[in-house]
Amino acid sequence: MKIAVCVKAVPDTEAKIAIADGKKNIDFNGVRFITSPYDEFAIEEALKLKEKLGGDTTVISMGGNECTDVLRDSLARGIDNAVHLNDADFAGLDTLSTAKVLAAAIKDGGYEIVFVGQQGVGGDNSQVPAMLAELLGFAQTTMVVKFECDGTTFKAEREIEGAHEFVEGTLPAVISAQKGLNEPRYPGIKGVMAARRKEIAVKDAGALGVKGQVGGDKLQVTIKEMALPPERPQGRKIEGDTDSAVSELVNLLRSEAHVL
Amino acid sequence: MDFDFTPEQIAMRKHMREFAEREIAPKAQMNDRNCKFDWDIAKKIFAEGFLGCPVPEKYGGLGLDYVAYGLMTEEVNRVCSSTRTLFSVQTSLVALTILKWGTEEQKKFYLPKMCSGEFIGCYGLTEPEAGSDAANQQTRAVKDGNDYILSGSKTWISCGTIAHYALIFATVDPKLGHKGITCFIVDTKSKGFTAQAIHGKLGLRASDTASLFLDEVRVPAENMLGQVGEGFKIAMSALDNGRFSVAAGAVGVVQGCIDACTKYAMERRTFGKPIGEHQQVQAMIADMVADCEAGRLLYLRAAHLKNKGVRNSRETSIAKLFCGEAANKHAHNAVQIFGGYGFSDEYPVERFFRDAKVLNIYEGTREIQRLIIGQDALGIRYANGKPAEATQALAMV
Repeated sequence: MKIAVCVKAVPDTEAKIAIADGKKNIDFNGVRFITSPYDEFAIEEALKLKEKLGGDTTVISMGGNECTDVLRDSLARGIDNAVHLNDADFAGLDTLSTAKVLAAAIKDGGYEIVFVGQQGVGGDNSQVPAMLAELLGFAQTTMVVKFECDGTTFKAEREIEGAHEFVEGTLPAVISAQKGLNEPRYPGIKGVMAARRKEIAVKDAGALGVKGQVGGDKLQVTIKEMALPPERPQGRKIEGDTDSAVSELVNLLRSEAHVL
Repeated sequence: MDFDFTPEQIAMRKHMREFAEREIAPKAQMNDRNCKFDWDIAKKIFAEGFLGCPVPEKYGGLGLDYVAYGLMTEEVNRVCSSTRTLFSVQTSLVALTILKWGTEEQKKFYLPKMCSGEFIGCYGLTEPEAGSDAANQQTRAVKDGNDYILSGSKTWISCGTIAHYALIFATVDPKLGHKGITCFIVDTKSKGFTAQAIHGKLGLRASDTASLFLDEVRVPAENMLGQVGEGFKIAMSALDNGRFSVAAGAVGVVQGCIDACTKYAMERRTFGKPIGEHQQVQAMIADMVADCEAGRLLYLRAAHLKNKGVRNSRETSIAKLFCGEAANKHAHNAVQIFGGYGFSDEYPVERFFRDAKVLNIYEGTREIQRLIIGQDALGIRYANGKPAEATQALAMV
């Protein structure tokens, strides 16, 4: 069984984020990139499925040089092959263009199942998995927290607002991984060493056949401006004796904070 | 001259840092408090194959170079000296010694299982009457047919109670002095072999330390490592590797102090500002950073020479002396920066402080290192067998 995993290199969730000049992007200076945490669940599920049914796993990432370490991290965990989708045209893509590039990399590969994190940390759109499934003509189940597959059909449990939904489907399918799906393994040192010796295949827009079809005037969403969230205002200390302080606090909770 | 690490060295260092942060650091304080050798941590180290870091792949190791091994040792010690001791003993003192001096049969038998942690080894040189004066071995080896009968005692032996095999140094004839010393690989299950844990240590409280007693322990002659009379040379070559590991570990202590202090100094406020804005605190941290980086370069120079297969006793001694002294000085200052909190085991710096002391004692005291370096400089006895200027290490001196 051929299994694909799409991963995204995102700024370390512990990095201090600043807005770059031009306000169209964040300042990547000195920012370390990591595998988007939801994608770690996708990688783990792919490895578990391979362990159960056998087959071949391929990790795919779109982006610049920041992808290399992330792809090697996937290889170190046990993924068999890595593909880096790298082209100047792929910078600043919206979700639909991103899904088109990923679909182009996946469509002729004979993949029966594609695991994706349910959202990429940072952009947090949660749109690519569903778009990718539509473009590929695959079944899709998003926000999956429990997954079983026999090689032909699958059963999944997914999170919906206030409840869980149980679905069944037939492969091929795109599955988006939600936190709780599994406990991602850490790469072992032998995996890290083996990963360094593996080749990462690189494909550009031409090789994927998407030249002129993504980005540029094909973008449906463009970023106008980025801003940091307003700084948290300083707390306010209510002075005075207990009785009047409590009554002022209750008033403020009602009239300002609107929590009562 | 190339100061760049290879991508593999960088990856190994990062991997070990993440492992140490995840698996060792969270339990270091409690293990220290409870004086507990943590088998769970040890088993995770075994499973990773870390103990075979610089051992060639054909003997079950990872086949990494000494730069990577040094960096990884530093990362372990950045969070826990007790855990690093396992590496210093198993990998540096035992496995690398068998690699260098063992027969092909011995290497094939011991090394794969030492890399995987199936066999734990310990290094039995120190005796109650033979510490810095290591040539004064009282343990006797008497030939009896095809065997040797070993009698005597060893002390301050790290991993002594958990070891499956012990490198035991014994003299075949005390009159021969250091030329009578011979090394044996002794099965610790042998009749007459007992190990007794040493309690009440100042530091390294989560490591296993023991006294060993050999009461007419029968050892087959094929368990001899090297030849009769080669034991002292073997012991010293083992210490070259042990000292390297201790030097790298000591830099880990300083780096651990820097990491703890820089964070704390920007959080803790006195006189209306973070203490990191006080110049006396900045000065202590500046000295830590300078010594940390100088020490790292010193152990990496030794690593470079080891990679080249060039004699490096002098360079390793310099690294061990400098790094051990730096760890003590800066762990002392780290406690000072933390003030009252540094006096409590709520923060790791008091453990760093206690653990640092042994770096000036074991694997050759700082005094012994000074003897080696001083005698070399004066031309009384060249540590590498010839003057530093005449060695292949010339470019690095």
